[in-house]
Amino acid sequence: MPGKLKAKIVAGRHLPVMDRASDLTDAFVEVKFGNTTFKTDVYPKSLNPQWNSEWFKFEVDDEDLQDEPLQITVLDHDTYSANDAIGKVYIDIDPLLCSEAATVISGWLPIYDTIHGIRGEINVLVKVDLFNDLNRFRQSSCGIKFFCTTSVPRCYRAVMVHGFVEELVVNEDPEYQWIDRIRTPRASNEARQRLIFLMSGELQRKIGLKVLEMGGNAVVGYLQCFDLEGESGLVVRAIGTACTLEKISTLPSTATQPSNSSPSKDMKEPVFGEEAPGVPLSSGPPTPLRAQTFSSFSPSKSYSRQSSSSDTELSLTPKTGMGSGGSAGKEAGPLKALLRQQTQSALEQREYPFFTLTSFPSGFLLHVGGVVSARSVKLLDRIHNPDEPETRDAWWEEIRQEIKSHVKALGCHAVVGYSESTSICEEVCILSASGTAAILSSRFMQDGSLDVEHRLSRQPVVFTSGADRVEGDMGSSASLGFEEVAPPGCGFCHIPYDELNIPFPAQLTYCYCCRRNKVPDVLFTTIDLPTEANVTGKGCLIQARLCRTKKKGQGEGNATAISNLLPFLEYELHTQLMNKLKLRGMNALFGLRIQISVGETMLLGLASATGVYLTALPSPGGIQIAGKTPSDITYEQHISNMQKKINDTIAKNKELFDVNPPEVVEEIIGSPIPEPRQRSRLFRSHSESSDEVSELDLSHGKKDTFVLEIDDTDAVEDIHALLTDSPTPPGFYSCNTEIMPGIQNWTSAIQMFTSVRVFRLNNANLTNQGLNKIFTDLCENLLKSFYFKLRSLTPCCLCHLNFTVAIPEDELIQVAVTAVAMSFDKDQALENGRHGGEKTQIKAIHENDEQLQFNLELNPDSTKGLADISGSHPSAKAPSVDYSSFADRCSSWIEQLRLKAHTMRRGSIKTTSSLEKNSPLPEGRSRSLRSNRSYSGGSVAVVKMTPLSFIPGAKIIKYLGIINMFFIRETTSLREEGGVSGFLHSFIAEVFAMVRAHVAALGGNAVVSYSMKECVFMENPNKNQAQCLINVSGDAVIFVQESELEATSVQPQSATTQTSNGGEGT
Amino acid sequence: SVELDVFVGNTTIMDKEVYQLWLNGYTVNDAVKVRIDGGIMEECEASVEVLLSDTMDQYRTFQMCERLLHHPTKLANQLLFQIPPDRQAMLIERYYAFDDAFAREVLGKKLSKGTKKDLDDVSAKTNITLKSCRRQFDNFKRVFKVVEELKGPLVENIRQHFLLPDQLARDYAAVVFFANNRFETGKKKLQYLTFQDFALCAGQLINNWTLGAVDNMMEDMDVDLDKEFLQDLKELKILITDKDLLDQHKSLVCTALRGKTNVFTEMEANFKNLSRGLVNIAAKLINAKDVRDFFIDLVEKFIEPCRSDRWTSIDVNLYLTHYTNSAHILDTFKHHSVWTRYMGVIKSCILRMYHE
Repeated sequence: MPGKLKAKIVAGRHLPVMDRASDLTDAFVEVKFGNTTFKTDVYPKSLNPQWNSEWFKFEVDDEDLQDEPLQITVLDHDTYSANDAIGKVYIDIDPLLCSEAATVISGWLPIYDTIHGIRGEINVLVKVDLFNDLNRFRQSSCGIKFFCTTSVPRCYRAVMVHGFVEELVVNEDPEYQWIDRIRTPRASNEARQRLIFLMSGELQRKIGLKVLEMGGNAVVGYLQCFDLEGESGLVVRAIGTACTLEKISTLPSTATQPSNSSPSKDMKEPVFGEEAPGVPLSSGPPTPLRAQTFSSFSPSKSYSRQSSSSDTELSLTPKTGMGSGGSAGKEAGPLKALLRQQTQSALEQREYPFFTLTSFPSGFLLHVGGVVSARSVKLLDRIHNPDEPETRDAWWEEIRQEIKSHVKALGCHAVVGYSESTSICEEVCILSASGTAAILSSRFMQDGSLDVEHRLSRQPVVFTSGADRVEGDMGSSASLGFEEVAPPGCGFCHIPYDELNIPFPAQLTYCYCCRRNKVPDVLFTTIDLPTEANVTGKGCLIQARLCRTKKKGQGEGNATAISNLLPFLEYELHTQLMNKLKLRGMNALFGLRIQISVGETMLLGLASATGVYLTALPSPGGIQIAGKTPSDITYEQHISNMQKKINDTIAKNKELFDVNPPEVVEEIIGSPIPEPRQRSRLFRSHSESSDEVSELDLSHGKKDTFVLEIDDTDAVEDIHALLTDSPTPPGFYSCNTEIMPGIQNWTSAIQMFTSVRVFRLNNANLTNQGLNKIFTDLCENLLKSFYFKLRSLTPCCLCHLNFTVAIPEDELIQVAVTAVAMSFDKDQALENGRHGGEKTQIKAIHENDEQLQFNLELNPDSTKGLADISGSHPSAKAPSVDYSSFADRCSSWIEQLRLKAHTMRRGSIKTTSSLEKNSPLPEGRSRSLRSNRSYSGGSVAVVKMTPLSFIPGAKIIKYLGIINMFFIRETTSLREEGGVSGFLHSFIAEVFAMVRAHVAALGGNAVVSYSMKECVFMENPNKNQAQCLINVSGDAVIFVQESELEATSVQPQSATTQTSNGGEGT
Repeated sequence: SVELDVFVGNTTIMDKEVYQLWLNGYTVNDAVKVRIDGGIMEECEASVEVLLSDTMDQYRTFQMCERLLHHPTKLANQLLFQIPPDRQAMLIERYYAFDDAFAREVLGKKLSKGTKKDLDDVSAKTNITLKSCRRQFDNFKRVFKVVEELKGPLVENIRQHFLLPDQLARDYAAVVFFANNRFETGKKKLQYLTFQDFALCAGQLINNWTLGAVDNMMEDMDVDLDKEFLQDLKELKILITDKDLLDQHKSLVCTALRGKTNVFTEMEANFKNLSRGLVNIAAKLINAKDVRDFFIDLVEKFIEPCRSDRWTSIDVNLYLTHYTNSAHILDTFKHHSVWTRYMGVIKSCILRMYHE
C-alpha cells in the first residue's frame, strides 16, 4: 500500500440546465479510482453547486497510481429515473508522483462530455501521499520524469545520456467490440477514452522501469503514438531517450554550482539546458561552414518477394550488405579511430544507439552523416493476445535494425533526431522510422573510470563554444581534445564516413570554415540546427509535396503495389526538396520530416524541413534548365524564359533570406578587421591542394549547376512546383525547427495555433499532376492564411510549423498544422541586452579566434587527407551502393549522371553559382516594441502554449510533468453545430481549454513542446454525424519573465539551491 | 473543394473590423466584399480565398462567443476562449452597443415578441440589417429582464451585470426606463426628437422622480416613478386654480423678464396657458396612462406654443428659471420641495427637447 490518493470536490460552476422544468440542476459527483467510488451529496437546484466535500481517500499501489487516471463524473440526480451524466473529468495524477514536479492539483477543470463538449467546470483538489518505501522503485517507476521536449530540459543538465527506450502495448479497440453494437455512442467513446488513458499510463510505467534498469532518472524526447488499427486493435507505443538529469539552479549565474560528487567533474559538464531561449547561432559572416549530407532511404527492390513467408507481412527491409564492414577501420587518423572505437563500444552495448533528441549539449554531437530512414508495408492482422504484442514489436525491431545498418553504412554509430510513425488504411499499414546518422561524443555515455580517464586526457584542449562563454557556464563544451578538434561551428558538418568508401555519390570539398576537413555539398538532417552552427543569413520552411494515384486493391496485392510506389515517391520528394533548396540558395536542411500517407486510391507524400545556408558548406549552384530539342526556336525561348525566372527567383531569395555567398566575402578583403584578412591569407597558403579539388569538381560541372531536363514530364512538374511556391510576405519568416537562424530578439508575444483543412476531390479521375496541384495549393493556401491571420504580429516568424497529412476517406485530403507565431524586434537587433545581438557579436569575434587557432594548427594528418582526396574521384567510386536500398542521395546522383551526359553534349557549363551582392532585407514593415502580452486581471490565469521547448523572454523554472490527453467528440447534430467546421472548431478550442485548465491546476502557466499528435476526423453528413479523436501532449511548466527574474535574482539564490538539491533526493 | 477549414489560436484571434461587420449583420460574403473594398487585399497581399476563409473563421468564433456575451460576467471566467481582458471589454462593449436610430424606433414599446416580429419594418426604415436589429432588440430585452427585478440604482446595476462603460449603461437605463413606463414616443409630433434627447430626459426622471432618487435603501427600484411624489404633484394645482396665486405668479415672472427678451409680449400673453399646461401635466401624472403621454404633453402644452412664437432656447431657459423661482416667493404656496423636484426635471427635459 505505498500510496494514498486524496481528492476533494469543492464546487461547480456554469453547469448546464438539466431540469427543464426548473431551469436548474441537482448535481452530485462520483469520484472513482480503480474500483473504488465515492459520491458527494446532491447539491439541489443550482447551476453553481458548492459541494465542499470531505477528502476522499484511496489507498492504492503506486503501480495503479501510474496506470489509472482519477475519474470524476458529474451527474444530475433524478428521483424518478436514472441519473443523467453531465460529464467527466479525467485527471492524470502522474505529475504528483514525482517529487520534482507538481505537489497538488487544484483548480477549475472543464467537465467534458463526448457528445456535448464542455459543460461547465468543477473545482477539485487532488494530492498524493507516497509512503516512504525504499523499495517502491522496484515495483513501479514512480519518480521517473518524462519530458516531451526533445532537448535537455531548460532547468536540468544531462549527466548521462543512456539511450533509447521503447515500449508498446496493444488492446482491442472498444469501438470494435461486439458490445459496441448495443451501447450508446457516449458509453463507447468513454470506454475508449478510458482505455487509452490506462494504456498510456501503463506504457509510461513500463518505459519508466526500463529507464530505472539503465540507471537513469528521466525520459527526454518522449514520443507516444496511437495506431488505430480498427478491427485488429489499438496499439499505443512510445519511444524516448533515457537520461540522468540533474537539476540546476534556476538563476542565471550557474557558476557557483554546489554539487555533489567531484567538483572537477561538474566543471566539465556543459550545462546545456541553460542557454537563453532562442539564441540561435548567428553566422560570423566570413566563416563558411561545411557539412555533409545524405541519407539512405530504403524502400527496396527485394520486397518483390511478395507473398513470402507464412505470415502476411511484406517486408521492405532489404539486407544490404553495405554497412557490414563499417567504415570505422578505415579512418584516416589513428586518434580518430581510437576515439571512435571507444565511443562505438559504448554505443554498441546498446541494442539501438538511437536518440529521440533533436538538439544536444554542446560537444555531444560530433559529426552528422545524413538522414537515414526505413519504411515497411505490413498487413494488419488481429492481435490475438494483447499481452504478447510480439508481432508489432518484431515489425519495429526490423525497421530499427534496418536503420542501424544504414547508419553503419554512413560510417556513423548513432541515430539522433529519431522518430517513428505509421500510416494506416484499412488493413495496410506503413511503418516509418527516420533519423540522422551521427557520431556522438562518448562523454555523456560512458560511466565510471572510463569517463574520468577520458576527461583527464582531454583537459588541456578545452574549447569554449560561443554560447557557453557568454552564458558564463563553466568553460566546458566540446572539449573533444582527443577526437578531432572540431570547431563547434562547423565540426558537425565534417563527414563521418570514409571518403574513399562513400556509400553514395557526393561531392566533397574542404570545409569552408576550418579548411581542414571534408564536407559534403548538401546536408540533410532530422535534427534542429545546432546552436553553435555557423549559418549565413536566415532560414526558411521548405516543403516537397506529392500525390500519387494508385489502384484500389486488397490484401497482399495492395501492399505490394504500395511498396512498389514508395521508392518513387521518396525519390521525387527528395528531388523536389533539393530543387527548392537550391532555389533558395541554401545548402542544408534541418528538421526534415517525411510523411507518407496511404489511402485507398492514392499515396500522399509531404516532406517538410527548414533550409539554411551552412557557412561551412559550399555555395549551392543554381538550377539550369535544358531542353532536348535545340532546333525549335520558340522552345528555346520558352526555356530561356523559364531559366530567367528561376535565376530571378534565386536572386530574390538570396536577398530575402540574407544569404550572402561567402566566396564574395573572401575575395573582398577590404574589411577593416584585421583577423579576417590574416585568416584569408592562411587559407590561401594551404588551399593549393584544395584548389585542385575544386577544379576537378568544376570540370565536371557538378558543383555549381543542377540541370533539369525540360523534356522530362517530371521535370516540367518540378519546375512548376518550384515556381508556384509563393514567397512569404514581407515581415514573415517560417521554419519547422525550434529556432530561426538570424533572429534573436524575440518579444514575448507568441501565438500558438492549430489549423485543419479537409479537401474533397470532386473529380474522381484526377491525374497525378492534377492531384499534385491540389495538394500543393492546399498547403500553400494554408500558409497564406496564416500569414494573413497573423499579420498583426509582424515582424514575426512561424516556428515549428508542423504539417500532418492524412487521407481520412477515399476522396478526402486532410492537412493539420500546429505552429507558433513569434514576433521579434527588428530594430533592436543590436542592443537587445544579454541574449540577442550582444551574444551574436561576441560570438562572431570569438569565431574568428577559433578560426585562427585551427588554421595555425595545421596538422600533418589533415594534409595527408587532402592529398588523398585530391586524387580520388568522389562519385566514381561509390562503393556497393545497393540500388535496392535507395540512398537518399541517389536522386542527386542520377541527376548528376544526367547532367554529365548533357553538358557534354551541349558543350558548355553554366555556372550559376551566384555572386550577387545582397543588400540586407527588403521588408517594408517594421514595428516598434511590442507590448508584453501579459494580461493580468482576468479571473482565469493565462496559460501560454507553444510547440517549442522554450518561451521567449522567459525562463522556465520548473517542469510540472507531462500532459498527455486524449479526447473523443461525437455529434449527431452536425448541422446544428455549424457543420464540420463548426464542430471541429469548437472541439479544438475545447481541447486547448482543457489543456490550459489542467496545466493551471498543476500550478503551471505554460505548456512547452506542445503537439497535436493525432487528429482523426470522420464524418457522415448524410446522417448528420461526425466524430473526431484528438491526442495532444506537452510539458507543463512554470516560467517567469526574464525581466522579473533579474529583479529578484539576487536574494533567493540559496533558496533555489536548496530546492534543487532537495529534488535530487532519489 | 475545401470541405472543412478551421483555425484556432491559443489566444483567440479576433479582428475588430470583422467583428463589427458581424455585429452589423452582414453575411460572410457581404463582409468579404466590404473588406475587399477596404483595400485589405492590396495591403496584405491576400487573395479572396484567404479573406473568405478568415472571415468564416472569425464569424464562427463570434458565434461561439455569443452565448458567453449574453452573460458578460461569464466571459471573464470561462475557460473555452483565452481572450485578453482588453479584448473582452471590447467584445462586450461592441456587442451591447446599439444604433440610436434603432433605439429610437423601439423606445417605449413593450419588449415583447410582438414588437420583435415588427422588426423588419424597423430594419427597412432605419437601414439596419434585420439581424442587427434582432441582436439589439434581444440585448434590450435581456438587460430589461435582469434589472427589472433588481433593487438599487438602475445604471449601476446595468453596469455591473453587463460590464458596460458608463455612458452605454446610462443609455440602457433609458431604454429600460422607457420600456417599463411605456412612454409614448412614436407620435408624429415627437418624431423630431432623437434617442439622445429621450435618454437625457430618462436620466432626469430616473435621478429625480423615482423612489431610488430619494432613498436608494428603499425596497423599491429605480425603474418605477415615486408614487408618493406623483400623489403630491396634485397639490400643485393650486397654482392654476387659485386665481390670485396665478396672477401673482405671472406678475413676478413678467417683472423679472421685462426687457430681457425679444418675445416678452408673447410670454406675457401666454403665461397662463403655459402655466396651466405644466401644472396640469404634473397633476395628471398619478394616472399611468398620462405618464405615457408625458412627452407628448410637454410638446403640445409647452414646446409647440413657444416655438410658434419663435422663442429661442435662451428665452425658454430664462422663462423656466424665473417661472420656477418665482413660485417660491408666492405667499400662500407651500409645496416648495415638490415644486423644485418637479420643475427641475421639467426644465431639463424641455430645454433638451426644444429644438429651434
